[in-house]
Amino acid sequence: MSDDVGIRKVAVTATVRGSASGVALVLDEPLSFWGGLQTETGLIIDQHHPQRGECVAGRVLVMDGGRGSSSASSVLAEAVRLGTAPAAFVLRRSDEIIALGCLVAEELYGLVTPVVVCGEDIVSGDIVAGDIVSGDIVSIDAETLTIAR
Amino acid sequence: MTDPDLTADEQALLDGASGPGVAAAMRLVVGLARAMGARHLRSISGAHIDSCLFHGQSGLDFVRLLADGGATVVVPTTLNVSSLDLLHPELYRGDDATRRDASALMDAYVSLGCEPTWTCAPYQREVRPAFGEHLAWAESNAIVFANSVLGARTHRYGDFIDIAAAVTGRVPDAGLHLDANRWATTVVDVTGLAPALLQTDAVFPVIGYVIGRECGADIPAIVGLPASVSEDNLKALGAAAASSGSLAMFHAIGITPEAPTLDAACGGADGQPSLVVTADACREARDALSRATGTALSTVSLGTPHYSVAEIGRLYDALDGRRVHSQIDVYVSTGREMLTEAQLRGWVAPLEQAGVTFVTDTCTYITPILRDTQGTAMTDSAKWAYYAPGNIGVDVVFASLSECVESAVAGKVVRDVGLWGDV
Repeated sequence: MSDDVGIRKVAVTATVRGSASGVALVLDEPLSFWGGLQTETGLIIDQHHPQRGECVAGRVLVMDGGRGSSSASSVLAEAVRLGTAPAAFVLRRSDEIIALGCLVAEELYGLVTPVVVCGEDIVSGDIVAGDIVSGDIVSIDAETLTIAR
Repeated sequence: MTDPDLTADEQALLDGASGPGVAAAMRLVVGLARAMGARHLRSISGAHIDSCLFHGQSGLDFVRLLADGGATVVVPTTLNVSSLDLLHPELYRGDDATRRDASALMDAYVSLGCEPTWTCAPYQREVRPAFGEHLAWAESNAIVFANSVLGARTHRYGDFIDIAAAVTGRVPDAGLHLDANRWATTVVDVTGLAPALLQTDAVFPVIGYVIGRECGADIPAIVGLPASVSEDNLKALGAAAASSGSLAMFHAIGITPEAPTLDAACGGADGQPSLVVTADACREARDALSRATGTALSTVSLGTPHYSVAEIGRLYDALDGRRVHSQIDVYVSTGREMLTEAQLRGWVAPLEQAGVTFVTDTCTYITPILRDTQGTAMTDSAKWAYYAPGNIGVDVVFASLSECVESAVAGKVVRDVGLWGDV
C-alpha cells in the first residue's frame, strides 16, 4: 500500500445497510464480543487478543470476521444501546453473529450500525480489509466505502 | 443484497398475521437471509436458545418485543445456560439487580414455550436430534456437536435469531443447511501424535484449541483420531475450537457420520493436509491456556461444556473416596437432567460429601459463583481456560481431569509431566 494521502471510494457488499463514519481500528485477529468486549467501556478484554486494552467505541472496526461465542450478538446489541459499540464494521468475510447484533439494535432502538464485507471475492476495484490501516477515516454509505488517509 | 423469495405463509407472518411479535421475528429472519444471500427460507424442527443468558437491558427489551407481541415457539425448543442456578440459588454472589433482571429474562423465555433445560449441552439429553434434521441452534459448542457428531444441520446461529427461528419455524436456506457447505474445506492431520497421548482426555481440547487458532471458520477434516474417541472427547474438541476460532463443524474421518472417508468428507475435492498437529503444538497450546505459574491453587472448575453423566462418573472414579483439600473449592457444572441421572447412580452425594459443589443451569465463568477469584483456578476445559481470565479475572491452569483431581486433593497444582511427553 502506498503512503499517498488521498481519498479512495470502493464498492462493497452491505450485510447491514446504513451510513456511518469513524476512525479505522484494524484488528490483527478476529474478536468475539462475548468474553472479548466490556460493554460498559468498549474495551477489548480478551486476554488472548493482541489488541486487548484498545477501545472499539465509535471506531470503524476492520477485521476478518467474528470468533467464538453465539452470545456475541447480545453483547454487541447491548454495546450499541450503551454507545460503546463500533460505529461500523468492515469485515473480510460475512459474519452472521455480528450482523444479528446490529439488526436487533436497529429493531429495538433505531440505532444503525452498518456492516460491510469486502475482500471475499476480490475483483478489480475491490479492496481487501487489510488495505485499511488504523487511523484512516472510513465512511460508509449503503454499498460505498470511502477511505481518507 | 437481495430479498429472499417468501411463500404466501411466510409473507403473512412478516405482514403480522400471527401478531407483531412473530412479525418482528420474521423481520430478523429475513434480514439474516439477506445478509447470507439466501434465496429462500426453510423450516426447522427444533431450536436451542442462547439468548436466555443475561447481558443487559437489550436482551430483556428483545424478548418483551416478542412476548408482548403474542409470539410463542412453534417447534420444540430448549434453553441454554442462564446467569442463575435455580436449583442452588445460594451459589450466586452477584448483585440483586442483575439477579432480578436475569430471573425476568429466564421467566420470559419459559413463557414463550421453551423447555427450562438450562444446559449448554442439549445433545446430552435422552432425546436428541436425528441425522439430517434441520435445527436453529445457538451456543457455539452445541452447534459444532449437532453438525459434526449428530449430523443434524444448523448454521452458526447467534442470540436473537435462535428465538426468532423458534417462533417463526423458519431459517435462511443457506450456510450449513446446504450439502455443499458441509464439506471439509481444510484437512488436519493428527496421526503424528503418540498413541498414548491420544488415549488421554486432555489432548482433545488442546487439539481443538490448535484447530480453532489455525483454521478460523473453515470446516476441518481431522485425520488420525483414534476409533476409541468418545463423544465427550469430541465435545471438548469442538468447544475449544469454537472458542479459539469460529468452528461450526468438523469431520473426524472414520468417526463422524458425514465422514466415512476423507474423500466423502471433502466432497471429492483434494484432501491434502494443510495443518499437521504435532506434540510441540499441543504443549504450546496447553501452555497458552495456562496463564498461572507456581503451585498455589484456590479453585478447580470442571464441566464446561456441562459435564455428561459419564464425566461425573469419571470424576467419582478419579477421586476414589478421597476428600478435597480444605483450602480448595471444586465446582462441577452440569445440566439438571445430568445431575438427576448421576444422583440415581449414587455418585452425587458421595462427591458432595467429599467437598465437590455441583452447579446447574449456569456455568462458573459466566456469573459470579467462585468464592475466590483472586487465586489460581484449574480446569480440564480449554473453553473455560480461554474465557475465564477475561470474564471473571482468575488466573488459570489447564490440565487433565486426573491432574485436576490430584491437585484438588493435594491443595496445590500437581502436574503429570509424563502425560505430555515434556520429559
